[in-house]
Amino acid sequence: MTKQLILDNVTVQFGGLKAVDGVSTAIAMGERRAIIGPNGAGKTTLFNAITGVVMATAGKVVFEGEDVTRSPVHARAAKGMSRTFQITNLFPNLSVRDNMRLAIRGLSRAKFSLLGRPELTAADDAEVERALGLSRLVGRSDTLVKELSYGEQRQLEMAMALVARPRILLLDEPAAGLSPAERVIVADIIRSLPRDLTMIIIEHDMDLALGLVDWVTVLNNGHLLVEAAPADIRGNKAVQDVYLGKARRHA
Amino acid sequence: MSRDLASVPAGAGPTGPSAVALTPARIIAIAIAGLALVCVPYLLPNYYVSIATQVLIFAVLAMSIDILAGYTGRTPLGHGAIFGTATYVTIYWSTTLGGSPWTGMLIGVAAATTVAAIFALLAIRTSGVYFLLLTLALGMIVWGVCLRWTSVTGGENGIRGSVRPMFIATHSAFYYLVLAAVAAITFVMWRFVNSPFGLTLRGIKDSESRMRSLGYNVPLHLFIAFTVSGFFAGIAGAIYAMFNSFVSPSTVALTQSVAGLLMAITGGIGTLFGSFVGAAAIISLENFVSSYTERWLSILGLMFVLIMVFAPEGIVGRIRMILARSKG
Repeated sequence: MTKQLILDNVTVQFGGLKAVDGVSTAIAMGERRAIIGPNGAGKTTLFNAITGVVMATAGKVVFEGEDVTRSPVHARAAKGMSRTFQITNLFPNLSVRDNMRLAIRGLSRAKFSLLGRPELTAADDAEVERALGLSRLVGRSDTLVKELSYGEQRQLEMAMALVARPRILLLDEPAAGLSPAERVIVADIIRSLPRDLTMIIIEHDMDLALGLVDWVTVLNNGHLLVEAAPADIRGNKAVQDVYLGKARRHA
Repeated sequence: MSRDLASVPAGAGPTGPSAVALTPARIIAIAIAGLALVCVPYLLPNYYVSIATQVLIFAVLAMSIDILAGYTGRTPLGHGAIFGTATYVTIYWSTTLGGSPWTGMLIGVAAATTVAAIFALLAIRTSGVYFLLLTLALGMIVWGVCLRWTSVTGGENGIRGSVRPMFIATHSAFYYLVLAAVAAITFVMWRFVNSPFGLTLRGIKDSESRMRSLGYNVPLHLFIAFTVSGFFAGIAGAIYAMFNSFVSPSTVALTQSVAGLLMAITGGIGTLFGSFVGAAAIISLENFVSSYTERWLSILGLMFVLIMVFAPEGIVGRIRMILARSKG
């Protein structure tokens, strides 16, 4: 299968701390991958290195055959990398509709229209409505984002990532801080994504994460610990040691 | 909450600046305001017509500042220099070089836009107080050049000369020309802030990191916004050349930048049209109160303090908030 994203010995160092240390992996076109690991394992930093929020100190990030290691965030987004954030990162003073407009115009020349009308084209409008429907936000278009519940804000993040026409979608803890009912909605949204869309998800909820992906990468202290299919991860001794601690596992 | 000039509050109340639809009520309000402005020369003596002309010109300067402060969240303190550059070039072209005043205005606006583009290249990667101080410093450089380049600028003496063509020599004729020009400019600026590009500026104000992750080249958008803002400040400066027929270093000085910013803040940052109210309030104080007391600057300062304390969203911003509350 064609490898869409290749991480080659990616290292991210902050002063004396190596948050990500020599991680190498490859993600195939259309693959669904979970990145798991305990707090401080380097999961979000690895996401940031992939998307350009931080630059890799060493190693290479290759996306669809192109070395994007030094490319800025917006250039990687233009190539089709779309992401959500661990802490919701939206435009709180704008309406849901305006948030979606910004998301869908991100890769379009229309964003440079200095005197044009603010409305979307009919095709874009239909796509926005479809994404809002998928994210259970129908009827909330005129609501200011800061007036949405936390769960709705997470759903909006997903909707925005979808209309950005991604080639690869990176979801950073999409279910963090949500109620059980809201987690079900988020899981449904992820399941309903087009099957040919590549997706990488960071998630602490193992049941949720392992039920959604084809392959799992486990990080610990910035290192790649193990990669395996979801069915093999739960019984993996190294993973149990990281999550439960050696002493407790043997008790 | 800190309320320094680098983070002036969004004027459109709690929601910040937003796209304003032309509802029937708003169209009626604009029509009434327009009719009142058209009647000014019939109702008031020349002195007041001249003040009204000044208000219109400075409202354009304040709106140009509002594009940056209200819509991108970056408060400039160098727009006086951009404004004054257009004034200098227009008067120099028309009087010293003897060229057509209309060509002088075009060259003046082009020069001001170029200065704005240079300012933008240097300032757009900063924000907050650093942006404020950098634009202040760049403005001071322009002021220094105007002061010292005496062979061209006349130094402290400035350049004097009538730029205004004969057909608009009277107060009322000139007022109507300025009113028509400002109405057209205001419409263009309104379209600009409510365009897809204007929405990107509001997005940048809310979350630059999110805009980048959506594929927006944030520095490029800020560069365009700053340059467009400078273009409008340049138009105001070129019209001011016709109004004042005199330019000196004080036209490009820091006080000019501060005056424009105070007008924008007083009217309401992020409201665009608030700049007219701000310009009217400050120029009226300057002209009327100064005829009664030499301490008019103290009164201006007191007014500004009261606005910052009781209506930090500005006069128009506060009115919008009250109207929004009464509706909902």
